[in-house]
Amino acid sequence: MLESILIANRGEIARRILRSARRLGVETVAIYSDTDETSMLVREADRAVRVGEARPKDSYLNIDRIVAAARDTGATAVHPGYGFLAERWEFARTCEQEGLTFIGPHSDVIRSMGDKALSRQVASSLGIPIPPGSGILSGVEEARSWAAELSLPVIFKASAGGGGIGMTKVEKMEELPEAFETATNRAGLAFGDDRVYVEKYLESPHHIEIQILADADGNVVTFPERECSVQRRHQKVIEESPSPFATDELRARLRQAARRLAREIGYTNAGTVEFVVDKDRNSYFLEINTRLQVEHPITEMITCVDLVEHQIRIASGEPLSLREDDLEWGGWAIESRIYAEDSENFYPSPGTLASYVEPHGEGIRVDSGYQAGDIISQFYDPLIAKLVVWAEDRTGAVAKMQHALGNYDITGVKNNISFLTEAFASEMLKSGNYDTHFIAKLKEEKHG
Amino acid sequence: MTEIVSPITGSVWKILAGVEAPIAEGETILILESMKMEIRVKCPHSGKLVEIRVNEGDSILEDDVVAVIQ
Repeated sequence: MLESILIANRGEIARRILRSARRLGVETVAIYSDTDETSMLVREADRAVRVGEARPKDSYLNIDRIVAAARDTGATAVHPGYGFLAERWEFARTCEQEGLTFIGPHSDVIRSMGDKALSRQVASSLGIPIPPGSGILSGVEEARSWAAELSLPVIFKASAGGGGIGMTKVEKMEELPEAFETATNRAGLAFGDDRVYVEKYLESPHHIEIQILADADGNVVTFPERECSVQRRHQKVIEESPSPFATDELRARLRQAARRLAREIGYTNAGTVEFVVDKDRNSYFLEINTRLQVEHPITEMITCVDLVEHQIRIASGEPLSLREDDLEWGGWAIESRIYAEDSENFYPSPGTLASYVEPHGEGIRVDSGYQAGDIISQFYDPLIAKLVVWAEDRTGAVAKMQHALGNYDITGVKNNISFLTEAFASEMLKSGNYDTHFIAKLKEEKHG
Repeated sequence: MTEIVSPITGSVWKILAGVEAPIAEGETILILESMKMEIRVKCPHSGKLVEIRVNEGDSILEDDVVAVIQ
């Protein structure tokens, strides 16, 4: 077992990792920026080290300072969480070189799967369908000819991308040059790599993903799917597992594709294989996220598996104690992301939490990083907490979510509780009959 | 004179429009950044951009005046 883990993150995910580490008797080291000095995480961790100023590049994105913090505290492993440095292969590589156990896949795997054009190629070579599209585009003329061949609408994506950043949809040919430029600029700014490719934009798609765990001996376990179609700006807001849209056949097909990919690339630790699924349930590989996913708790709720515990065990060299054939799951889990943002236009709303009271109850789990009086900083993600519920069936889970949302009290910053309340009251969500256009349709129904 | 206010609390990422220049309705005056999100502040009607009251990198509060158009 690992002796001590430096958690290279903040907020709810850092506290989530801390809980599993502590249960396993592993010492925890938190890092913090000036803004987070008084956070719950800093108090809870065995040790805490300041790494810099509030801006991410001075703290949570600063590889040198984080590695120095690990060295100074004698931490033997690093858990990157999600976001920040989690998918920067350079960070994993530095940890490897410094003799720190990186809790995630090998830096080579992060690097190759971080190249979305390359990961598409790997999937395609295994016979796993990918959305029709180009390779890396050399310029606007090549983009134009691909768009003509694919037929509009198409969507530009950053090769180094993730999290929906840099995606630009094109519906009219005259919009294409500007969209190409926007996508290229955003990719360059966000990822330091401005290569983009273009894909056919699928109508009414579902965004469905498969959680995987894999160990160094080549054992792979895949989990039942997560439905992540409720998105704003290509970022998820509500997720559920299983998916109301999935059939047994689709589930088996996606899990098999995820398993084959994981084996092919020598994947280790936790990861997520993302797919888009069209209205006829044709599935296309999108990308592999080489890290723990924000929405991992819904998988934990339907399987009673602690994914972070397995991450730690795999990183410490233990073989997977879990076999896919033995994996039992049941009931229904739903997650709502509680964001500090305006419920109407989704604009971010940093500020100070005047009051903050979470709902409690059987089958209700809240992963959060804040308490009343805390500052929700403009420099970080607007995620305040994740509200996760479990019930025997979907109807029960929706009802429990509605009840829990009603008992959530947040003042001082704008938040999306009223949006979530509307969403769960809608016929689309209640019936489970929705796709990635859910939010647009909901707004349309409301405003006519 | 129309005062353009910031819709969010955050910081000024990029200023795109030039002072004393004509500006069209819908044109982006500046881009704000908050919580990893870019928010474009657009010109509500065509006219002349008289003043920009912020600099790139400035922290601003919701409802702060960022620009004035005529």
